[in-house]
Amino acid sequence: MVTIHIDGTSYQVDEQQNLLEAILSLGLDLPYFCWHPAMGSVGACRQCAIKIYKDENDTQGKITMACMEPAKEGTYLSLNDAEAKEMRSHVIQWLMTNHPHDCPICDEGGECHLQDMTVMAGHAYRRHRYNKRTYRNQYLGPFINHEMNRCIQCYRCVRYYRDYAGGDDLDAFAAHNHVYFGRHEDGVLQNEFSGNLVEVCPTGVFTDKTLKSHYTRKWDLTTAPSICHHCSMGCNIIAGERYGSLRRIYARYNGKVNGYFICDRGRFGYEFVNSDKRIQQPMLRKERNADPEPTDKQTILRHIAERIQNNDRVIGIGSPIASLESNFALQQLVGENRFYGGISNSEDRLVKTVINILRQGPARTPSLKEIENADAILVLGEDLTNTAPMMALSLRQAVRNIQKKIAQKLNIPYWQDAAVREAAQEEYSPCYIATPAGTKLDEVARKSMRLAPVDIARLGFAVAHRISNDAPGVDNLSKELASLAAEIGESLKGAEHPLIVTGTSCRNENLLHASANIAAALKNAGAQPSISFTMHDANSMGLAMMNAGTLAQAKHEVQEGNADTVIILENDLYKRIDEDAATEFLDQCQHLIVLDYLHNKTTSKAEAVLPVSAFSETFGTLVNQEGRAQRFFEVHIPAEPVQAGWQWLKDLSTAAGKNAMSDWQNFHDFTRHLSNAMPQFKDIEAISPPPGYRVADQRIPRQSHRYSGRTAMHAHHNVHEKKTPQDKDSAFAFSMEGYRGQPPPSMIPLFWSPGWNSAQSINKYQIEVGGGLHGGDPGKRLIEPQEKADSPYFKNIPEPFEPGENRWLTLPGYHIFGSESLSMHTPGVAERAPGPYLSINDHDAAQLNIKDGADATYVVADRPYTLAVKINASLPRGVVELPAGLPGLPTAILPAWGKFSEASE
Amino acid sequence: MLSEQEQREIKAEFAHYPQKRAACIEALKVVQKHRGWVSDDGIKAIADFLDMSPEEVDNVATFYNLVFRKPVGRHVILICDSISCWVTGYEQIKEHLFERLGIALGETTKDNRFTLLPMACLGACDHAPVIMIDDDLYHDLTPEKIDQILENYE
Repeated sequence: MVTIHIDGTSYQVDEQQNLLEAILSLGLDLPYFCWHPAMGSVGACRQCAIKIYKDENDTQGKITMACMEPAKEGTYLSLNDAEAKEMRSHVIQWLMTNHPHDCPICDEGGECHLQDMTVMAGHAYRRHRYNKRTYRNQYLGPFINHEMNRCIQCYRCVRYYRDYAGGDDLDAFAAHNHVYFGRHEDGVLQNEFSGNLVEVCPTGVFTDKTLKSHYTRKWDLTTAPSICHHCSMGCNIIAGERYGSLRRIYARYNGKVNGYFICDRGRFGYEFVNSDKRIQQPMLRKERNADPEPTDKQTILRHIAERIQNNDRVIGIGSPIASLESNFALQQLVGENRFYGGISNSEDRLVKTVINILRQGPARTPSLKEIENADAILVLGEDLTNTAPMMALSLRQAVRNIQKKIAQKLNIPYWQDAAVREAAQEEYSPCYIATPAGTKLDEVARKSMRLAPVDIARLGFAVAHRISNDAPGVDNLSKELASLAAEIGESLKGAEHPLIVTGTSCRNENLLHASANIAAALKNAGAQPSISFTMHDANSMGLAMMNAGTLAQAKHEVQEGNADTVIILENDLYKRIDEDAATEFLDQCQHLIVLDYLHNKTTSKAEAVLPVSAFSETFGTLVNQEGRAQRFFEVHIPAEPVQAGWQWLKDLSTAAGKNAMSDWQNFHDFTRHLSNAMPQFKDIEAISPPPGYRVADQRIPRQSHRYSGRTAMHAHHNVHEKKTPQDKDSAFAFSMEGYRGQPPPSMIPLFWSPGWNSAQSINKYQIEVGGGLHGGDPGKRLIEPQEKADSPYFKNIPEPFEPGENRWLTLPGYHIFGSESLSMHTPGVAERAPGPYLSINDHDAAQLNIKDGADATYVVADRPYTLAVKINASLPRGVVELPAGLPGLPTAILPAWGKFSEASE
Repeated sequence: MLSEQEQREIKAEFAHYPQKRAACIEALKVVQKHRGWVSDDGIKAIADFLDMSPEEVDNVATFYNLVFRKPVGRHVILICDSISCWVTGYEQIKEHLFERLGIALGETTKDNRFTLLPMACLGACDHAPVIMIDDDLYHDLTPEKIDQILENYE
């Protein structure tokens, strides 16, 4: 820490910071544009001008840019100096000469950094009387709207998109006062993190196109903190609602998880909540072959109660996308031994293996933020950009760690972004990627290898052996792989923060074992390894931690006649297991009761369907792949009789005369009982304060103090305004009334501070800018490795991959848009998803005489699929990929052997 | 697509730089030399050849006002409007060119013979006023001299 003097007052600040960061971290206001806490300084906009003095006797001083000046001991500076203030006001006046002042029709209005800074800098009157420069806007795809006239040329968009997120199809064009930010021609922005431009752009050049289609101002949104449900990373989000429909998703800052950003699937995949496929009413099939008919809550409860009352043949099937509380409620209803996990056997085994490895240690699972510290990385089997997008973004930051060292050597502070990048050029920390097909991260990898999953595992085992001789070696390893293993081993061993990343997407247990061996070997060699596993679903980890039975066991119970009534929670089994197997199983269930929010193939088989809240309409706790339990809160109340899964299950239990949950009054009771019942979840109650929590006797409002409460929206039903709903489940209020100060970090419904209406107000919620939130970043880690881990090495090293005669290993190929089914209900996401295809190595295709784009008939699990062929030269020979998760394709049974049928040869 | 000649000339530049993409400006100059200007397709062809995205190439191309991203006439006249030329008769020269060619600054004659562009300095202040046609510099100009000069460019 160093002492600096601002306008006569002395402060202690961090010498690693520049003056702008120090000033903002102290809670003082200074306008800025081009600087961003995640991206450092370039000194482009000239907005953060301050007066800096030689010493305490210097009265003249000189104007300088705060973002370009390090916080040095004994710095004397002034924010209030008249010249500095005048300079700031002039800079903004000049930036505004070409700004259209179209705030009333601009989507950014009300949360615009440019508005805030203009007011802050004191340029309150418009004097420019002349024509303004105008631009033609571009079509940038289904997610982002482009309005270049509003641009103030701060360059943040290209710095974020290119330098931070690794995109290459957005750039700055031309020069002088006609700089243009866009693509070289109209077209879809290709980067998976393009949606963050909406928050990075200080004004309305890049705005959320999905929001535009049902626009609401920030101050008119009802918001609550939520957790993204579209993959296992658990990114923190803010969901906003108006008039019963979900309007948009914003990144919610969490210094340990996603920081400032989220991926495009997380930001834009929310529209399934508003989908016309939502189940609105309970549906009941009176006879087995009758059509399901809508019915009311009491009838359906009575009907199901009859089925489960005094029936010891009821089982429950949980879900890796449902909350811990809903799964727990199902378990309470059917009984501990009659609750099953609802994922395929192979996935169940994989996730449980992961949990064992993490519990056993020795390596710790890092948070996303900690991943950014890794200085040598090995990725085994995961196409991260598509299976865990935000981890890919973290790795892109991690590979720059070597640039910190380069900068240090040259005495350049790391926040000097342009200088550091210039000095480092394309020098990256070692990152090795072994996957079946090429990945986007390859461009920052030192080496990338294309191998079949078992060969990737063999490489991993060889790396472990190379690091520590105690780890089992691999026989018959090719020379090439052996030397690669040596290189990777040396690199990991020599690193300060070596990281191994793998996951369940290849569905290969050997990969998990190999990764665990590498971590153990590194530990034995004295290194401090961390290991991160990606998973398939938002609560894969949480469900597996409940130690539920497997789907196969559930099937067995039904087949043996031990179960006649099956309750399925938020889980389309057709996406989990082979289609025929799913049909066979569901047909065998005499009474099938399904709770879900979207109609799907499983609900179509049900005797009774209960309409369940989507994530923004209820509360819950999810455990991400790091083992971090995080809570999401109800943003808006769904139209009756839709209600939370846990609420339905409690109502069913009570209707059936069971006492298990009858005195649980609210969501918090479910959480409390769960944390008491299962020691592995004992910390989850404390993730957020209980419903009785108050600050200064007040609740936390979900609505801003500017909320346009009174509207005529419902006047055609009743001119009287509806009573504000009461929230018995949390300390939030469905109202604009309540405590206006900073709520506890787990309960931030939106970021706002006086004078700071944009996302930049996050500065005011952080201990220091870019650091943790006041009160600690939310979420509780549930898994830590044992202190003194003595983990034996896994010894089952697989045989090398052998391609066969007309026998192909069929693997799932993942797509950020397409492989996750909920987000596919957003039209833009569906538009970005690939069509069905089969990708194959070029030599194999030539041998089979198949041309790129031609149709081929491919048989897997005895079913033929006619698919367009995509030649992918990166694939190893003997391996084909089918896009994962697309309807009509057999994702659930992969990996599997398949063959090309006669017709296409 | 780049012609073989263009590819050869661009490749010759690679030797001067540690990275292929560093030859971007030279590549733009090569294409402009052969085609008079750099079209969108030219941008894409260069991008392919240098393993860059079209955005990255266009970012460079549009930064330099002498990389022409729109078609120009067979000959490009650059007329200096900077201070020395301005005090020594730029206005007269400009008016004369306007009259002779029937075009204003930034325009191309109907017969596609000349494009007239303003230029901030041509580095010959001691002989102002000056213009440049293609690669040829003409100094100490008078309207009469211009008529003669233009004859040389078909």
